[in-house]
Formats: sequence, C-alpha cells, structure tokens
Amino acid sequence: MQRIGVFICWCGSNISATVDVVKVAEAMKNEPGVVYSANYQYMCSENGQQLIKQAIKEHNLTGIVVGACSPRMHEATFRKTAEAAGLNPYMVEIANIREHCSWIHKDMDEATEKAIILVRTAIAKVKLNAPLMAGESPVIKRALVIGGGIAGIQAALDIADAGFEVDIVEKNATIGGRMAQLDKTFPTLDCSACILTPKMVDCAQHEKIDILTYSEVEDVKGFVGNFSVKIRRKARYVDESKCTGCKVCMEKCPSKKGLNAFNMNLNTRPAIYIPFAQAIPNVAVIDPEQCIKLKTGKCGICQKFCGVGAIDYEQKDTFVERQYGAIVVATGYKPIDLDAFNEYGYNDNKDVVTSLELERLMNAAGPTNGVLLRPSDGKHPKVITFIQCVGSRDSSGCGKPYCSKICCMYTAKHAMLIREKYPDTEVHVFYIDVRTPGKNYDEFFRRAVEQYGVDYIKGMVGKVYNENGKLMVQGSNLIDNEQVTIESDLVVLAAAIEPEPSVRKVATLLTASIDTNNFLTESHAKLRPVESPTAGVYLAGVCQGPKDIPETVSQASACAAKVIGLLVKDKLKTNPCVATPDESMCNGCSQCANVCAYGAITYVDKEFRIGGGKTEVRRVASVNPAVCQGCGACTVTCPSGAMDLKGFSSKQIMSEVEAICKK
Amino acid sequence: MQEVTTEKKEFVPNIVAFCCNWCSYAGADLAGSSRLTYPANVKIIRVPCSCRVNPSFVLKAFQQGADGVILCGCHPGDCHYVTGNYYTRRRMALLYSFLNYLGIEKERTRLEWVSAAEGARFSAVMNDFVKTVTDLGENKRLTDLRVKEGE
Repeated sequence: MQRIGVFICWCGSNISATVDVVKVAEAMKNEPGVVYSANYQYMCSENGQQLIKQAIKEHNLTGIVVGACSPRMHEATFRKTAEAAGLNPYMVEIANIREHCSWIHKDMDEATEKAIILVRTAIAKVKLNAPLMAGESPVIKRALVIGGGIAGIQAALDIADAGFEVDIVEKNATIGGRMAQLDKTFPTLDCSACILTPKMVDCAQHEKIDILTYSEVEDVKGFVGNFSVKIRRKARYVDESKCTGCKVCMEKCPSKKGLNAFNMNLNTRPAIYIPFAQAIPNVAVIDPEQCIKLKTGKCGICQKFCGVGAIDYEQKDTFVERQYGAIVVATGYKPIDLDAFNEYGYNDNKDVVTSLELERLMNAAGPTNGVLLRPSDGKHPKVITFIQCVGSRDSSGCGKPYCSKICCMYTAKHAMLIREKYPDTEVHVFYIDVRTPGKNYDEFFRRAVEQYGVDYIKGMVGKVYNENGKLMVQGSNLIDNEQVTIESDLVVLAAAIEPEPSVRKVATLLTASIDTNNFLTESHAKLRPVESPTAGVYLAGVCQGPKDIPETVSQASACAAKVIGLLVKDKLKTNPCVATPDESMCNGCSQCANVCAYGAITYVDKEFRIGGGKTEVRRVASVNPAVCQGCGACTVTCPSGAMDLKGFSSKQIMSEVEAICKK
Repeated sequence: MQEVTTEKKEFVPNIVAFCCNWCSYAGADLAGSSRLTYPANVKIIRVPCSCRVNPSFVLKAFQQGADGVILCGCHPGDCHYVTGNYYTRRRMALLYSFLNYLGIEKERTRLEWVSAAEGARFSAVMNDFVKTVTDLGENKRLTDLRVKEGE
C-alpha cells in the first residue's frame, strides 16, 4: 500500500503570491494514496526539512512529493532529507510549481489549478518510483585545463599546489593568452608581463603541471571522475626537448614576411619563430604556410644553423590519450571581426585601430618598442579619438547584444597612459555610458577625467572618414545637443569581445551547454557559477562571460577549489537512473547497442527456463550501470519494449501524461 | 431590464510539453526566473533527453485528450548525450507522417530546440504553439471512446 506525503512550499511569497498553496495542499489530501499533505513557508529550510523528516517517520511514508522550485535547484536537497529519514532518496519527486507556474502566471485561479495538476502529476509518478541505489565509480586524480591564458594558468597552479597532477592544453605555441599581449592592467597600472610571466614560469617549473602547447583537444569520452581525452599535438617541426630558444633560426630564416599574430598583425615575423620573448615553452615553431622548406622542399637554412639539431621537417601531428577526473575550460576570447562596422573605416584606414592593437603599439615589447606611433606613417599622433561600444550592446544584429565589460576601464587606462606619456596629446572618448563597477574602478575613471583631462563626449559616432590625411570622426554630443567632428590622427575602437571560436568544438566534445553568444552556460548563475551543467566540467574566464583579469583569476581559483573538492574523493556516487533490460522480453537484436553513445550495452548468453524442466540459452542485452548515462535512447529504440530507464520508466512517463490530460 | 449574457466558453487547449533535463527544462526554468509568461495550459514533463520520448507517449497524450504535444530538446550538436536529439528528430519525422495518416493535424505536434540559455525562446515557442493549437480547436480524433468513469 502506497503512503504518499505531499509538501507544498510557499517559497516565501515566490509561490504563494500567485498559487493558493493552502488550497493545493488541501486538494492533495483527497488524492488516492496520499496520507499526508502539508504546506510550509520555506520547505528547503532546516525547519521545512524537519517537517518532511518527521512526516516520513510518523506517517510511514513510502514516497514524497515536494511542490516547490525546480528540481534542478533542490531535488538533491530533498533527496538527502528523505534519506536522512530512512526513505530511499529516489522515492522523491518534485513538482515544479515555481519556475513553471507561480513565476509565469499572474492569475491566481489559473496558477493554482495548474499547480494542482503539476503536483498530481508528480504523485502519479512517485507511485511508480522504485528505490534505487547509487553505484560508485573511481576518480582519476588528474585534471585537464583547456586554455593556457591567465584563467587556465591560475586554475592549474591552484590545483597543482593542492597536490594533483594537471595538464594544460594550449592551442597556441605558448601559454600566456591575451594577458601576455597587454601593456598595463587597470586599475593599478601594473605591467601585465610583470604579473603574468612569473606565473607562467611557475607553471613550467611546477612538478605537477604538464604544459602541452600547440595542442588541441580532439576527442573526449567518459564522464565525471573518468574522462578519457585525446589530444592532438600539432607538428611544430621543432623538437621541443632539444630547442634552447637561442633564436638563431629566427635571424637566419629568409622568409620573414609572416604576420605577427602576437602583435595583432602590426608587424611581421620569420617563418620559424618564438611568439614572444617570455614564451613558455621558449621553443620555436615553424609556420608551415610560410616556411619555404615545407612548401617547396628547398631551403633548410634553419636546420643548418640550429646548433642542437632541433629542426625536424618530417615531424607529424601526434596524439596522446590521457585520463582525467575533472576538466576546466578556459578558452578565452577574441575581439570581434569589424567587417560589419564599415562606418568606422577600420578596414580602409591603417590609423583606425582596435584597443588590442593599441595595446601592442604601447607595449615596450611591441612593434614600436612602446613608442606610440601611427601605423600609417610612424608619426606621433597628436589627436586621438576613442570610440566605445563598437559592437557591444548592439541590438542591430551586427554586433553583440551584451556589454563587453572591460572596454570602459581599458579605455580610461589607455587615455590616462597616453596623457601621462605624451601630455601634448589631445584625447577624446565617445561613449554611450561609462560603466565602472568594481573595486577602485570608478575612482580610476574619474582620475582619467579629472587629473588627466581626458575629454569624454557622451554620444555615438556615425562615421569616420579620411580627409586630406586626417581622420574625421563625426559624432553627436548629447550633452550639448550638437553634432561634432573631430579631426584625429589616430582612432581607437573598443571592439566587443566574443568567446574564442574554438570553444564551440570544445563545448560539443564535452557536451557542455553553450548560449546563443557562444558563452558556456554555468550550472546556476548564482549558486553554481563556475560549474557547467555537465558534471566534472568547470568554467573559468571569458569563455563563461565577459570579465576582466581580477574576476577571471577569482573564477579560476574558484574552479580549482571545485576541482580539488572532486579529486580528493576516492569514489563518486553514480547516477542510478540507468537503462535496464527486461531479459524475459529481450531478443538480443543489438538495436540498443547501436544507438548507445557510450558503449554501455553488451550482450551475454543467459540460460532461461522455458517450462517442462527445459532450459534454453538466449543472447540478451546487459547494461553496464557505471557507463550508462541514462539518456534513454535505447528504451525507445528497443523493438520489443524490453529496455526501460530507471527513474524515468515508460510507465512513469505514461502516468504523468495521463495525470496531465485527465479532465 | 436584466441584461442577457450569453456565456461563451472559450476553448482552452491542453498541452503536454516534454522537455529534456539539460537544455529545454533549464530553458523553461530560465523563462520562469525571468518571469516570461506563457499560457498555464502548458504542462511540462521532465525527461533526461528528448530521445527518451517514445512516440507512443505522444499518441497516449492525444488519446487521453491532449490537444497538442510539444517536444523540446537541445540544439543539434549540443545534446548532453551527444547524439540523443538526432534520434528524436528522426523518430518525430516518422511520427508526423503517422499522425497524418491517423488524421491528426501535423501542427498539433512540434519539435523545438531550446537551449538552457533561451528562456525567452522557450516562452515565445510556447506562446506560439498554444496559439496554433487554439486555432486548430479541440482534438477529438484519438479520444478514447470507451465508457469513462462516472458516465
């Protein structure tokens, strides 16, 4: 005999404002099988949980339904509550009467009626629930960090310091990421390299960290605690173990016309190169698109001059396969393509640059050795105009709908640095809003305006055009309500940032959720902000949303804490909601194994009694519960209906359908 | 004089929505937490993956008196279980023609991809679907004609 308990939560006023919770709880008392029904302000609170525990014990409940928020929020909480009261945790069902009811409906009668149906549906399901036992799976005590920018570096260092092995996979030839390209960092103006490069060295020297540069994740199998990852190590054409980073090859290489991506293509580099002076590893790499030897077979100068014999034109991509317990995604960002923003003349004028390009133009290790010179004629610009929100907060469809978050601050930084170094320079900034939330951020911005006399103009720019060698910036000044045209020598565009495009492939491989802007989705915006909904996958840096360095580092350390929390465990509880075949119905047709994405299904020969004292041996499906992820693809494929899914059985879903449709 | 009011009962369709746990159910949650409304006659059943939905569940819903059934899953390529939604897509294609054969308007079933970040899309899809089904009117084709309880 089923003895169901129903618990309706008010969630303060979140549910009770639009759902008559008392009425719902009362109505449930008449449902067949329900022996107890109550309502309470906060069911998830200590007192609320106590109420549930007490009811389970006093009324000998065999199953409970909690009408509350989404199961994605508190299913785990209420399962623990049930378990503490001696009830199997899988005898709990949640009726989502908040996100799917009270929050979206305004009419009290309508919402209450729906809540009753939703709770009734959950009751119908819980009656068919069976006690389930979670299995255990081992945890591989090694973490993978995808991306070697500041986010990946910080996460790796923190995990490694806790004593776990970490591999950093970086697609470029060196770690360091975007931060390595920056000159100074706001709001303290310390030099980016001075704070980043020691961390890069720490990574290289850490005995627990293995850095795989010029490598990409090719395939991911497995699940939390037990990922198997195939990594492609792209051919460098240089033996990493032999190269000493002496740079003789770079001097001797006759093919010097390759665009220097590290310097935002503002100058050139040889076909064999080390991305920048502090690169980790300090090992050269050959660009196969540019190398004369690799393209034509004739040259080989670098090989002749290499004192240690590190050059290997025959090198091929290799693959390594490693096992990990947890994965941190830290793939970073890039500025958006500005092709859709022709009004700013970026493609037509050399002296219209992006902020990241300006960063290189101001960097002591950049193409101009830190002297601010115009790309077109190498002269000092006297009037510099910054244009904010280029592609950010753009609902026209050309750009991005979100705020890129870092531009207001870095533009204030650029303006300040320019005025400091070249006080005779006029600096104008066209802005829509100045957004400076953050510790010491607004103070920083105000310094730019008040101490450094940067001219901030509220308004948008309509057009940038070239007139007699001058860049005319035409925009509106909303405060003075007039059109202005500023004759400028250099125009700097604060281009929106977007996730590095390779994140899409990574997301697909990890089956991690991604949003329409290609940012990875966190499990819960406030409660689980660094976890992907895919267990064992963690998010650090801009791959999750626009953020600056301090935030990125915080998030990376948070990721590391989560990873460490996972890796210290020897075993993880597995999801018991897995597929299970009814062997008496299975005819061993192999259809289920064909659709299983995890290879969880095998076939075994089993002996069955067929009556009359006789037996027969039949081939039947067998599901490995440690490998099955519980999607249910096999259950629908099975032609004889032998396969079912625990926790989401066909009978349970049918009963839910019936409960919803009942008139 | 007493005013004569003719009570006109507006048709409110009953709609069953199957949502996968990882994308669409989370999308529906986001619609909720963003307070994006859709009609109360949409009731969601949570399934681990859209591929868990047996076409017989859809038929069952119609048989039990549902006026519309909508299936929501992750966008192609984004399935939490790698390939689950591809199976769903193929099965639904077959189901559409079967429903057509049964004389059930194809518009009463729909397959939509809604990611966890698309709360607005979830709400828009539901509003649109409810409107479509409302316009089609009551579904009588598969109603169970056997004697019902209390009759």
